[in-house]
Amino acid sequence: MFSDYSATELGSIFAMQGFAGLILFAVFLLMALGLAIIFGQMGVINMAHGEFMILGAYITYLTSNVFADYFPALFGGYFFVAMVLAFLAAAALGALVEWTVIRRLYHRPLDTLLATWGLSLLMQQSYRSIFGAREVGVEVPDWMAGSFQVTDFVELPVNGLFVMCIAVAVTLAVYLLMFRSSWGSRVRAVVQNRPMAGAVGINTAKMDRMTFALGCGIAGIAGSAFTMIGSTGPSAGQDYIVDTFLVVVFGGAASILGTVASAFSISQAQSTMEFFLGGSMAKVLTLLTVVIILMFRPQGLFTLKVRK
Amino acid sequence: MSAATARATNTDFVLAVEGLTVSFEGFKAVDDLSFYVDEKEIRVIIGPNGAGKTTVLDLICGRTKATEGSVKFRNKELTTLNEHEIVRAGVGRKFQTPSIYEDLTVFENLELCYPRGRNVFGALFFKRDQKVINKVRETAEMVNLLDQIEDSADLLSHGKKQWLEIGMLLIQDPALLMLDEPVAGMSVTERQQTAELLRRITADRSVIVIEHDMQFVAEIADHVTVMHQGKILAEGTAEKVKQDPKVIEVYLGH
Amino acid sequence: MSNFSLSNLMTRQDVLGFVVLALILLVVLPLSLDVMRLNQVGKYLSFAFVTVGLVLCWGYGGILSLGQGVFYGLGGYALAMFLKLEASSPENTSIQSTPGIPDFMDWNQITELPWLWEPFHSFGFSLLAILLVPTVLAYLIGFAMFKRRVSGVYFAIITQAISSILTILIIGQQGYTGGVNGITDLQTLMGWSIRTDYASYVFYFVGVALLFVCLFIAQFITKSKLGRILVAMRGQEDRVRFSGYDVANFKIFVFCVGAAFAAVGGAMFTLQEKFMSPSFVGIVPSIEMVIFCAVGGRLSILGAVYGALLVNVFRTVLGESFPELWLFAMGLLFVGVVLAFPDGLAGVYQKYAAPTVDRFLDKAPLFRRWPSSTSHSEPIKAS
Repeated sequence: MFSDYSATELGSIFAMQGFAGLILFAVFLLMALGLAIIFGQMGVINMAHGEFMILGAYITYLTSNVFADYFPALFGGYFFVAMVLAFLAAAALGALVEWTVIRRLYHRPLDTLLATWGLSLLMQQSYRSIFGAREVGVEVPDWMAGSFQVTDFVELPVNGLFVMCIAVAVTLAVYLLMFRSSWGSRVRAVVQNRPMAGAVGINTAKMDRMTFALGCGIAGIAGSAFTMIGSTGPSAGQDYIVDTFLVVVFGGAASILGTVASAFSISQAQSTMEFFLGGSMAKVLTLLTVVIILMFRPQGLFTLKVRK
Repeated sequence: MSAATARATNTDFVLAVEGLTVSFEGFKAVDDLSFYVDEKEIRVIIGPNGAGKTTVLDLICGRTKATEGSVKFRNKELTTLNEHEIVRAGVGRKFQTPSIYEDLTVFENLELCYPRGRNVFGALFFKRDQKVINKVRETAEMVNLLDQIEDSADLLSHGKKQWLEIGMLLIQDPALLMLDEPVAGMSVTERQQTAELLRRITADRSVIVIEHDMQFVAEIADHVTVMHQGKILAEGTAEKVKQDPKVIEVYLGH
Repeated sequence: MSNFSLSNLMTRQDVLGFVVLALILLVVLPLSLDVMRLNQVGKYLSFAFVTVGLVLCWGYGGILSLGQGVFYGLGGYALAMFLKLEASSPENTSIQSTPGIPDFMDWNQITELPWLWEPFHSFGFSLLAILLVPTVLAYLIGFAMFKRRVSGVYFAIITQAISSILTILIIGQQGYTGGVNGITDLQTLMGWSIRTDYASYVFYFVGVALLFVCLFIAQFITKSKLGRILVAMRGQEDRVRFSGYDVANFKIFVFCVGAAFAAVGGAMFTLQEKFMSPSFVGIVPSIEMVIFCAVGGRLSILGAVYGALLVNVFRTVLGESFPELWLFAMGLLFVGVVLAFPDGLAGVYQKYAAPTVDRFLDKAPLFRRWPSSTSHSEPIKAS
């Protein structure tokens, strides 16, 4: 399949697809981080995670409209406000969901999967009722609209670079929060030994709620980033949930480095193959590869061997 | 593994553990351990918490895979076998916390462990004939559960759950029985009854017991192995190890 | 063979349940519904094959598969391929640029029947393929997963990925599969029109008969020692290994049975709806079938049938009058059943109605002496 292209063309193709893959990587990573926190730390399967992302995307869309209508002078900065609002909205909804549904199901992981799937249907239909079935897009501020011309063939869009910066920043923040803050060590204490954590005075119910809310909030940020590269529709989130889960499982839940590496390899593989094989076959091959690797390494790529 | 395997030779022992090592991310929970169990011997393993006692049982019964070394049961290498193959070879294991099938009745718990119809189609067409029923009732009687044979297992008291699990092992008729703290969490009466039960059922098989209660240990043990930090600290009769200064220092002293 | 007598296989409540279901499906519904509605019920019942299989896999075995649509779809496609070839005889397709191949292939500039399609000229092969292709696939997936001890949510996610893969493949390869529209315009079965009212009746009753075959197999499995091993495995998988069983084999078996049931259901769908499409293969239908099962009761094979029927009737009623409410209703159903009724309708029946029914049966002449339990720990009296 390479023989039709010259070496420079191939180089540019790989560079372009690699960069396109990096944007996919950013969305995967943001989605997977939230999911990895919820699944890895709490063992809960949140099938509505994609819908939390879409909530963030709609919040971003609303914010951009509000800025365009009322503060056109500040339009260039709306995205930062939107990101914060998206995080807060998704986190608040997450806390509510944890309180009403999830906390009753901690000892039944497979049932959280069904309940959150139901939740995803409710959220999708709500979006459809509120925002309509048509996909909406946001207007990209001027400063994000351009692109850098790297070589004759390769140009890198600014919004793509920006989304990646967000992903990296959020990842770093999550890492610091989970592994360098006392809050993070409390969360990890609850994961490792719930009764013991409770016995030493950690409010485990509150930790669970905040952890779940944090995971959902990060999905909200992912939604903000998502608006930069795709249009938002009521069921757009559903397309991402399986991929994201594979990213989390492939990376080995509870390992941030694993999540990063796995999001990177899956997005790059998919993006590069897409050019040569077309979107659907690329996706089939990526999924198939991940499934097969998981058969041989069910614990994921980055997990420690511990005594059960 | 090959060096240690080569070292292991055929013996008359029921169980020959040689050079057994397991490490978790560099931490050696069991470190180059060797010991031998005779036919019909009752071996008690004692030692402080974290000495690796339960891990040794896990290694023998295949629950944890050894990093190095060999476990031979009647000269059959166990380290390469799966759990169910080790059970079928004749090794039975009782867990520390009672591990029974709570959704099934006492009868069904025992019947499930009856060593017949263990493959898929054998289980599908398993016939509850007179022989099975008699054997189950006989076992239930032995572990004092005949009165409650129709009860759901989750309704049993903690002590009776322990007995049920012992019964489930008995019906398998293992040549080597491994018991992890069989009297932990029991009342004094239950303790006595269990000791009595153990004496009866250990008569015609080899047994490895993990136990903390030294009085209980002295009562039942032929040999005692003291473990500390994954290694053997002392070995011998209960009397002998009780007087060993090293044992007193790390284990009995406090 | 006293062990295999009916009274060991079924309690009197089971017998009553089977009789009532048979009366509803064979007498009440055919007499009270017109042929179009009955055909719809037949379609709903095709999902019941899947849910009964899910009771075995999920309810008993604790294996949640979110990819049952794969097996349902493969069964349906296997039959649809046969019927499509029959509908695409050279005479029927003489206006195509390549007569004798399915119309969608012609539209996609394919000029020769792909080799994969060739054997589906044979009815016998197609029938075998309906059962074997999904079962073999389930065996391969099961073997790869369960021998490696992949289970729980990991298994659920991987089955979901597999159903996603198959859907993308079917839609992407439209020249070979009919793409997103699926395989449509099925006309005759061995020269006999499948589009008549008479055919609808025949397929309905064939479907019910096959469903009862599956129900009896499922009943036999749940009442066998294998059924109890599954229950034991669900709670104490490790302990089952130490009772001398190879846990993976039991999971593989029950997963294969579930796949075979689903495949039969898919084939019945194709017969009754006269098409098969990827919209019954993917993630969404697969998880919907799980909720049918949960509504009926994940531990009750009869409940699973009612679950499939009632949710779909509900969907049709709601969909005809308030289509936008359907997703809300379905979402609430998922959350509500899981939170409030984890044992579904069957659980509600067990709790509230079963004791009354039992007292009634004590007086009923037919049932009085039928045992209310199938567990006999007392020595069986020679009779």
